[in-house]
Amino acid sequence: MKHLIRNGVATLVALGLLSGCGERPPIDTQQLGYRGTGMEQNINPRIMKTVMAANQPGPIQPAADGSGPLASEVYQNVQVLKDLSVGEFTRVMLSMVDWVAPADQKNCTYCHNAENYADESMYQYQVARRMLTMTRDINSNWQAHVGQTGVTCHTCHRGQPVPPYVWFVDPGSGRENAFVGTRAEQNSAVTGLGITTIGHSSLPYDPYSPYLLGNLPIRVNGPTALPTGNRSSIKQAEWTYALMVHMSDSLGVNCTYCHNSRAFAEWDGESRPQRTTAWHGIRMARGLNNEYMVPLTGVFPETRLGPTGDVAKVNCQTCHQGVNKPYGGVSMAKDYPELQREKVLPVGPVEAAADAMAPTADAAAEVSEATSPMASSTTAVGAATG
Amino acid sequence: MAEYQNLFTRVQVDAPHYPGVPHEPRGIWQRGIKASTNYWLGKIGDAQVGPFYLGTTGVLSILFFILAFEIIGLNMLASVNWNPLQFVRQLFWLALEPPAPEYGLRLPPLAQGGWWLIAGFFLTLSVILWWIRTYALARKLKMGTHTAWAFASAIWLFLVLGFIRPVMMGSWSEAVPFGIFAHLDWTAAFSLRYGNLLYNPFHALSIVFLYGSVLLFAMHAGTIMAVSRYGGEREVEQSLDRGTASERAALFWRWTMGFNATMESVHRWAWWFAVLCTLTGGIGILLTGTVVDNWYLWAVKHGVAPSYPTTFEALPDPATLQGGP
Repeated sequence: MKHLIRNGVATLVALGLLSGCGERPPIDTQQLGYRGTGMEQNINPRIMKTVMAANQPGPIQPAADGSGPLASEVYQNVQVLKDLSVGEFTRVMLSMVDWVAPADQKNCTYCHNAENYADESMYQYQVARRMLTMTRDINSNWQAHVGQTGVTCHTCHRGQPVPPYVWFVDPGSGRENAFVGTRAEQNSAVTGLGITTIGHSSLPYDPYSPYLLGNLPIRVNGPTALPTGNRSSIKQAEWTYALMVHMSDSLGVNCTYCHNSRAFAEWDGESRPQRTTAWHGIRMARGLNNEYMVPLTGVFPETRLGPTGDVAKVNCQTCHQGVNKPYGGVSMAKDYPELQREKVLPVGPVEAAADAMAPTADAAAEVSEATSPMASSTTAVGAATG
Repeated sequence: MAEYQNLFTRVQVDAPHYPGVPHEPRGIWQRGIKASTNYWLGKIGDAQVGPFYLGTTGVLSILFFILAFEIIGLNMLASVNWNPLQFVRQLFWLALEPPAPEYGLRLPPLAQGGWWLIAGFFLTLSVILWWIRTYALARKLKMGTHTAWAFASAIWLFLVLGFIRPVMMGSWSEAVPFGIFAHLDWTAAFSLRYGNLLYNPFHALSIVFLYGSVLLFAMHAGTIMAVSRYGGEREVEQSLDRGTASERAALFWRWTMGFNATMESVHRWAWWFAVLCTLTGGIGILLTGTVVDNWYLWAVKHGVAPSYPTTFEALPDPATLQGGP
């Protein structure tokens, strides 16, 4: 009897400890590849419930009339949304209040000078203008990644002036030049920024700087069975590994969501099409950081900058927030033709400006044409919103 | 009342301390004479503790081990700014890393991997001295040197990982960091870098001998415990003069699988499996990067890796479509 009680208590304690991990069974498994290859997605329905509850689409303003005078003809100093009617323009402005302005200041004056709405002096105004260009750039030139789903301000911002998931360059442990106890930018439970490391591992904790800001090679595998000059090191593999775990974390997926784990580097027939989407995603994050975020560094006040004086930047988590498709694949952007791309107006000069605005447009279009499944959708969306 | 039926019993046998067989003393560190009894150690082994005989190699080995251990530990402690609480909290994450790839085989500054080289040197020295000790003690006791050679097999893998392979690759950075999670991450990264170690045939052999050792251990230990009621744990006597324990154990396995090892041969099986585990493992590691760069492609080339029907659209490498990764 005594034994029974003792064993019972021990079992309860063990179960209690296990439940502390937050991943109590049963876990659902979804087969993603040929049987026996172990390609599957593990989904914990209880965790997924919490994640999905935190990933609800934001408020959508009633559709606006596209006819009538252009906002740029009525208002002063309209530089990005020149192609929108006054109705559409106002709709975007109201939506931005919903999506971006802080909870205690849900009105126009978070960005605008109430005395003069065309005044550019507030940093929020300048940033928002650049972000509008960025949103349109993503929706029209990065469809290889965002597909027809597209993005809005809310995809990242979720009703907050600073998106909940951004990254700064890690200042390090402060021991880089110490006599002992350097960390080689890894081997720590918390980063120099005081946040949890990548997947709670001891891997390098800032894989964003080299890959999502810089353009260092991510691939470490050689293309031949025998050595033919691939000098990638194991340490380099750890950095790549860290980036991949960040992607896995951000999307709430296993490695096998994209890869066949028997040959991580192989494409044809080994990797799922999702890997191609992710490949474009890495380039998109890098492009957005370099084209939009870094140039805004001087615009932001110091309080918005990181410990090394750098601007907040995007990574996979910024949009995905724990889900393989933001909001589980629900498209807010489809209700916002205003944010899709610049409308082709009958007037000549505007069109010319649209081409000049996005130098990467042509290159991105080529990519999406080459990767066949995306190509058709790109054209379709282009036609629908253009 | 507790009964003493066989050696696997809850009753602990106590006897006057056994001082050990006579030996020819050599060196300045002599064998101790003091022994004590520990009841709790008696639960898992012999209750007699001591007399100790460290000898010159033992003392030096422990000294060098402490040096290596301290260098690693103090580097870890320094990496959390000498905060003992953080040291405990983050212990599993902390590590002493080998030098970065740019240093090649040159001597880096202390903080950039120099400490790792020193710690590795002392640890290697310590392990080799301990090996000499196991060899010398076996000779001194007029035993065979089987233990020393089995230990040497493990040292082979240790040296391949931390010294021989890095030297062949021309870079200390290829070696394993000293750290709990860090060495696990290294293991995963090693396999990722070299295209999946599971396709390395020597790695496969090593796994066979590893799991094989576990299986043999379970079979042998299970068998001996099962016949200990007939005195089966007196294995030496049983192999010289086969008694009913040995007969029953043999019969059990012949009934089970048509063949049985003997009281003597099962230990040869176990020894070879254990030795081959690290021996083949070391060969597999040594070939990785030096002779083979991508084990998956190697396996495809030699028809080892099968190809599976695709259940999803097979897309080409996007980098090949527009040039550059």
